[in-house]
Amino acid sequence: MALPEGWEVVCGLEVHCELGTRTKLFCSCPNEFGSEPNTNVCPVCLGLPGSLPVLNGQAVELAMRIGAALSCEVKPSIFARKNYFYPDMPKDYQVSQYDQPINVDGFLDLPDGSRVGIERAHMEEDTGKSSHAGGTGRISDSTHSLVDYNRAGVPLVEIVSRPDIGSAEQARAYAAELRSILVATGASDGKMEEGSMRVDANVSVRRTGEPLGTRCEIKNLNSLRSLVRGIEYEASRQVELLEAGNRVRQETRHWDEGAGRTRTGRVKEEADDYRYFPEPDLVPLQPNEGWVAAVRAALPVLPAQRRAALAAAVGLEPSTELVVTAVERGLDDFVRDALAAGAEARTALNRAVNDLPAGATVAVKPFAALVGLEVGGALTATQAKKVLEVLVERGGDADPAALAAELGFEALSADALAGIVDEVVAAHPTDWASYVGGNDKVAGMFVGKVMKATRGKADGKAVTALLQQRRGAAAG
Amino acid sequence: MTGTALELAASIREGRATARQVLEEHLALIATRDGELHAFNEVMAETARAAADRVDAAVGQGQDPGPLAGVPVALKDNLCTRGVPTTCSSKILAGWRPPYDATVVTRLAAAGALVVGKTNLDEFAMGSSTENSAFGPTRNPHDPSRVPGGSSGGSAAAVAAGFAPLALGSDTGGSIRQPAALCGVVGVKPTYGAVSRYGLIAFASSLDQIGPIATSVDDAALLLEVIGGHDPLDSTSLDQPPPDLRTQLDRGVVGLKVGLVTELTGEGIAPDVAERTRQAAAALEAAGATVREVSVPSVTYGLSAYYLIAPAEASSNLARYDGVRYGLRAPGAEDITEMYGATRAAGFGPEVKRRIMLGTYALSAGYYDAYYGKAQKVRTLIVRDFAAAYDQVDVLLSPTAPTVAFELGAKTADPMSMYMNDVCTIPSNLAGHPAISVPFGTGSGGLPVGVQIMAPALAEATMFRAAAVVEAAARDLAPAVEVA
Ligand SMILES: [Zn+2]
Repeated sequence: MALPEGWEVVCGLEVHCELGTRTKLFCSCPNEFGSEPNTNVCPVCLGLPGSLPVLNGQAVELAMRIGAALSCEVKPSIFARKNYFYPDMPKDYQVSQYDQPINVDGFLDLPDGSRVGIERAHMEEDTGKSSHAGGTGRISDSTHSLVDYNRAGVPLVEIVSRPDIGSAEQARAYAAELRSILVATGASDGKMEEGSMRVDANVSVRRTGEPLGTRCEIKNLNSLRSLVRGIEYEASRQVELLEAGNRVRQETRHWDEGAGRTRTGRVKEEADDYRYFPEPDLVPLQPNEGWVAAVRAALPVLPAQRRAALAAAVGLEPSTELVVTAVERGLDDFVRDALAAGAEARTALNRAVNDLPAGATVAVKPFAALVGLEVGGALTATQAKKVLEVLVERGGDADPAALAAELGFEALSADALAGIVDEVVAAHPTDWASYVGGNDKVAGMFVGKVMKATRGKADGKAVTALLQQRRGAAAG
Repeated sequence: MTGTALELAASIREGRATARQVLEEHLALIATRDGELHAFNEVMAETARAAADRVDAAVGQGQDPGPLAGVPVALKDNLCTRGVPTTCSSKILAGWRPPYDATVVTRLAAAGALVVGKTNLDEFAMGSSTENSAFGPTRNPHDPSRVPGGSSGGSAAAVAAGFAPLALGSDTGGSIRQPAALCGVVGVKPTYGAVSRYGLIAFASSLDQIGPIATSVDDAALLLEVIGGHDPLDSTSLDQPPPDLRTQLDRGVVGLKVGLVTELTGEGIAPDVAERTRQAAAALEAAGATVREVSVPSVTYGLSAYYLIAPAEASSNLARYDGVRYGLRAPGAEDITEMYGATRAAGFGPEVKRRIMLGTYALSAGYYDAYYGKAQKVRTLIVRDFAAAYDQVDVLLSPTAPTVAFELGAKTADPMSMYMNDVCTIPSNLAGHPAISVPFGTGSGGLPVGVQIMAPALAEATMFRAAAVVEAAARDLAPAVEVA
C-alpha cells in the first residue's frame, strides 16, 4: 500500500523485550511464562508494604549486552519511579529508568544497508496482567476483574528508536533485525506471540521535505504482519485526514487485526505526568569498566556480520532475501559447513532456506552429498526435495544416494533420456514439424510426454535442451 | 522484676530469673496501665509467652539464648511481623497481616528478645504527637494529659512506662528522638543504611531509619548492635558489620571536640530546654571535652526541604494502598477509579492526605524543579555544611525538641506549629547522619528534657561515648529548671 504522491511516513518504534533471566528484576521469583496465576510471586514483586527491591545482576548483564549489540554507549544509570495508578502494577509506580538510562545513542544497520538510530535502551519492570470476567469479557461490561502478578517485576529492556523509519517495510525489517539480535545475544527469546517482544509504533506523516507531523502511538501490534499493516493503515488514515483539511489528533490508537484498522484508545489531552523521581530504594547502578568491556568482548557474532560472511561465501549481496532469511533462521553456519563439505553454493542455500522445515536437523555430509547429486544431474530438483524430506524424516543422517534408489529415483542416463526423447519425437510427427517450424507452444507438450515416459525422472531443463538441439539439427 | 535490658538478660541467662516470669510482670503492668496510655495497638501476649518458654528451655539446656535473652521489646506498628496485624495506625491497613518478618524482627528473635506488642504511632509515621493515629492518641506516662511526641510515641511511652525496657521506632525527621525526649528515655537514629529497612513500611524511603528506644544509653547501644549490620534484602544497607559500641562506651570524652549548633539553640527553643542544653555542654566540658559554638547555616532550611522531600516520597510510597490487593476496599464503587478514590478517602486520615497532596504537587511537571529539585539542593547544602562543621568538631550538640511535652490537642489545629517540633532533628535525616537523644533532667512542669548529640556518618561509637557522659551527668542534676 503506497501513500499518495508527495507524502511520506515517519515512524519510530518502541520495543519492549522481556529479558531471559532466571529470576525477576528485583526478587528471586522465577521469570517464567505460562505458570498458574499468582504462583511466581513474593512480597517484593507484589509490592507488599515494607518490601524492598534488590537488583538482579543477570538482568543488568543482559541489558548491557543489548546496548553493546546496538552500538550504544553503556553508562552509569539510575532507576526512577514512574508514578501512575494501574491495578496491574502492585506498587502503583513502575521502577524504570528516566533521565539516566543504562544505554544511549546507538544504531541498528538493516540488511538493506539503511541505518536506524537508537535513542536509548533502558531497564524497567514489567506489570501483571488483568483479565475481565462476567458480561462479554470486555472491560466495559465485565462484572469483575482478575489480576495475575506472575509477570509483575519481570525484567524488561525498552529499546527506543529515533524517528528514522520511512516505511512499514523498513519497520518490519528493523523489528526483525532487532529480534535476531535479542535472540543472538541471549537477552530475550523475542517471541512476539508470547508477548516477550512487544512493539509500539509512533507514526506520523508529512509532505515530503516538511517538518514532522503530529504522531499517534499504535499499540497492540502483536506480529510483524500486524506491524506492517498497522503502520500502512495509520499512515493512510492520517494522509486522508490531512488531505481533507482536518488535523491529526495526538493519541494512542489500538490496532485491530480482525478489522484491519486502528481505533482511538486514550486521547492525550495533555502530556502524561508520571511524576518521575529517583527511586530511593535502589542505589545508582555503576557497572565498572571491566564488566562493560567483558560484556562487549563476549558478544556473539551478530546478524549483520553473519549475513556478510554468508553472502561472501555464496557470492551474493548481503541484502539478498535468501541470505537474510538464512541468517534470520540461523542456517548460515550450516550452509557454510555444507560449502566446506563441497556443496555448490546457490543450490545448498536454496535447499537449506526453502526446503528444510523449521527445526529440522540434517547432518552436513549427507546434505552436501544430496546437493551434489542434484547439481550433477543425477536427481531433478523435485527429486532432490523429496529425498531431503525423507532424509529429515529418517533423522537427518542417511546416504542420500541410497534414499534416492529406495524412492526409485534411479538417475536416468543421458543416453537413455536422448533415446526416450527421440521415441516421443518419432511418435508425433505433425507436432514435431510444427515445432521445427517455430511453434514453441508445443514444446511443453513434448516435455510432458517425456516426463510421463520417464515417470518424472527426467530433468525438465535437460529435456528442453535435447528438444532444442534436435530442432536445430532438423532445421539445419 | 524490672530493670534495664542488660540486667534482665543477665539474670535470665544466669538462671536467676526466668524469661516467663519477667514477661508476666511486664504483661501485668501493661494490663494495669495501657488502658490509660494506649501505647500498644496490639499486645502479643501469647506469642511472647511461647518465645519466653523457648528462652527458658534453652537456658535449662545450658544453651545461650542470645544477648537479649528474655528481654521484652515493643515494636512500632510499622514494622512487619509475620501473621500479626501491622497497621501503621491507619484504617487503610486495618487487619492486614504481613506474610513475613522485618529483618530487625528476625534479628531480635535470634538474639532471644520477646516481642510483646505493636505500638501506636502517627498514621504512617506522619506526625510529632501520636495524635494522628486512626486508633486514638497515646498519652505521656509522665503526664497523661500531654502527648508522648511522635511519631514513635507508642514505643517511647511503652519504654517510659516500664511496659518493656526496649522498643524499636522509626525516625524519618525525628520520630524516634523527639518522643524519646518528651518521654524521658534514650532514642537513637542510626546512620542511614546502618539498620536494614526491609520490613519497615515506608514513609519516606531516603530518610527512614529504624532505631532503638531504651531507658539507658548502654541498653540502646546493645539493641543497635543486635539490629545493625548489612542486610542483602535492603539495597541501601551499608556494607558494614554490626557496630561495636559497648566496648568503647566508658572511654569518656577527654579531648573530644563538641560543637554547640548556633542555629539550633536560639530562636524557637524554649528557655528551659535551652538552659538544659547549655548545662549538658558544660557537663561534657567538665568531663574533659572542649566545647565551642559551631554554625551550620543551612540547617535553618532543613524543615522546608524536609516538608517537600518526605511528602514527595510518601506520595509514591503510599500509592499502593488502593484497595486492589490488601487492606481496606471501600464498597459500592462502580469502576476502578471510583474504587481508588473511595478507598483512599475513607482509609487515610487528614495529615496523610495533606502530605500526599503536598508531595504529588512537589513532583508535578512544571513544579518539580522549583520544589523537589530545590529541596534536594538544600539537602546537598546541609550535607556540605555538616562536613565543614565536622572538620572542626567530633560531635554536635543541640536540643532534641524545642519544648517539653505539650497538651493533647494543643497543636492539632495548626500543622506548622506541629512541624516545628522536628526543627532540630530533621537535619540529621537529610544528611543521613546518626543522632541520639539523651534525657537530661526536667524542664517546665517537671517534664523531661532531651538533648541531642549528632555525629558524622558511621561515627556512632563516638556519639555513644558522649551520650554516656551526658547520661551520667544527668544523674547529678537538680530536679527542675526554674523558668521565668
Ligand atoms: Zn517476587
